[in-house]
Amino acid sequence: MADTTGTATADTVITDGEDGVRRRDFINIAAVGAAGVGGATVLLPLISQMAPSADVLAESSTEVDVSKIEAGQAIKAVFRKQPLFVKRLTAAEIAAANDVDVSSLRDPQSLEERTKEGHRDILVTMGVCTHLGCVPLGAAEGEVKGEFGGYFCPCHGSQFDTAARIRKGPAPTNLEVPVYEFTSETVITVG
Amino acid sequence: MSFPWAREYTPTNDFMKFMDEKLPLPRLVYNAVGAGYPVPRNLSYMWNFGVLAGFFLVVQIVTGVVLAMHYAANADVAFATTEHIMRDVNWGWLMRYAHANGASFFFIVVYLHIFRGFFYSSYKAPREMIWLLGVVLFLLMMATAFMGYVLPWGQMSFWGAKVITGLFGAIPVVGEPIQIWLLGGFAPDNAALNRFFSLHFLLPFVIAGVVILHIWALHIPGSSNPTGVEVKKESDTLPFHPYYTAKDGFGLGVVLIAFMAFVFFMPNALGHPDNYIEANSLSTPALIVPEWYFYPFYAILRAFTFDFILPAKLWGVLAMFSSILVWFILPWLDRSPVRSGHYRPMFRKFFWFGLIPCMAALFYLGGAHAEEPYIMLSQIATAYYFLHFLVILPIVSSIEKPEPLPFSITEAVLGEDEDAQLGASGPASA
Repeated sequence: MADTTGTATADTVITDGEDGVRRRDFINIAAVGAAGVGGATVLLPLISQMAPSADVLAESSTEVDVSKIEAGQAIKAVFRKQPLFVKRLTAAEIAAANDVDVSSLRDPQSLEERTKEGHRDILVTMGVCTHLGCVPLGAAEGEVKGEFGGYFCPCHGSQFDTAARIRKGPAPTNLEVPVYEFTSETVITVG
Repeated sequence: MSFPWAREYTPTNDFMKFMDEKLPLPRLVYNAVGAGYPVPRNLSYMWNFGVLAGFFLVVQIVTGVVLAMHYAANADVAFATTEHIMRDVNWGWLMRYAHANGASFFFIVVYLHIFRGFFYSSYKAPREMIWLLGVVLFLLMMATAFMGYVLPWGQMSFWGAKVITGLFGAIPVVGEPIQIWLLGGFAPDNAALNRFFSLHFLLPFVIAGVVILHIWALHIPGSSNPTGVEVKKESDTLPFHPYYTAKDGFGLGVVLIAFMAFVFFMPNALGHPDNYIEANSLSTPALIVPEWYFYPFYAILRAFTFDFILPAKLWGVLAMFSSILVWFILPWLDRSPVRSGHYRPMFRKFFWFGLIPCMAALFYLGGAHAEEPYIMLSQIATAYYFLHFLVILPIVSSIEKPEPLPFSITEAVLGEDEDAQLGASGPASA
């Protein structure tokens, strides 16, 4: 007869092993363990659903035609719903960028590392300040370019040079160069 | 609010002692679904469905909140965002299928919960308030489910909204203005869709609130049981945890297997293909029916085809609402002092061979085309439905001779109860 009063007594508790571990202990741990694993598995889709959906990811690469950009001009494109600066550097700007001692920079990178072979005059960066995400000035005609002739962020005064490297102000790193490639002589694919 | 032998919560460490003094939430849980809640020891699996209904309410709220993150309640894009959820959102198909089938399963377990109540007279004193709150919960569920079905803005959504709001148009004089007011227009459109979304988000939390009242009211007399004999002493009960947490856990596992079978292998089996066609106010689908869980009430609505003093349309609407409202007076229609159908021979026959086939017929007829012989059968089933509650139940409960009740739950389980032989008072009024 099973436990009839709902209270376990020495007579009603069956110990299976000499160590006092009962079958019921095993069943208890197995059942709670299985429920725990199941519950944790359910969390996966509940968390994952908030990540970018397929239609957002499908918009994650952008093509830009760089052939129409004159030296000294920049255009703004949109990459992943954020501004993208594509600038054709003048010879003077390239020289100014190469003139700097890279090791003295806050985020040491040469212009060569920030541009592509054969297209050293095309500078592609995100138009997103690395400080807190504002759009720096300097891409459009007539905008302030800052002390170093590149970009100037109006929010907190970060100054970027002609290679869009941080030179002064609170931004911790250079303007990000996204992953891109020249898919032809005149077209870049970003992302 | 429990039996004197209920175990008292004793915090075992300093942190829990601190909590118990400042915010005795662990004590509340312990006394509600822990070892501090003594429950009749003889509960069958029919007593699982309350917990299961609570579980599906949680499923609906969790998946619903997720869906609301990706859905847009605008008539121009609602259908497209539903497809966006199905195709683009990570696991969106799972969320939507779980939500759609979760609604069906919520109704399945609630129907079984209600029919448990019918058979064991769970509505009788001292549990009338639990029952009344349960009927309120069912009405809230129906409203929520109806409005949720409108949101995908498919053909069935649109025409369902039109037909159901049209019910209010049956009210004399003020009906049409009320319908226009409900819709915020002359037909379902953006205004209706937006308010349905707002209310569909709100009502589940209202339901959760009423569920708390439902459980609160339950914990005053304690759970009923298959014998209908009230708990008399400690040997009649077991602590809720671990005995009924384990039993409910097993039932939950079984129901989850069935739920997953639908979600993963036949997610659209309970839906209507027409709802994958975008809402079109100029074309009505050939067969307009609600979701399956509304079939019995839809059958009652359509059973009235002739004017009798009042127009047929109004009779249909009145009958449909009355078919649920009659549950509110059920505790006073059933006059038998005995609760459990196991000890009520006449009632039992009318339950199994009257009410159950009648409900099964209404379920079938609500989904059938509005043509003969289904109309006539709906009329017969509707007549029997009201006859059962308003005539048969009061008469049968007055004249039937109940079978002898066990002295106690302990006797019913063990076959003997020493207190019964000691000449304790006979079966108390049960």
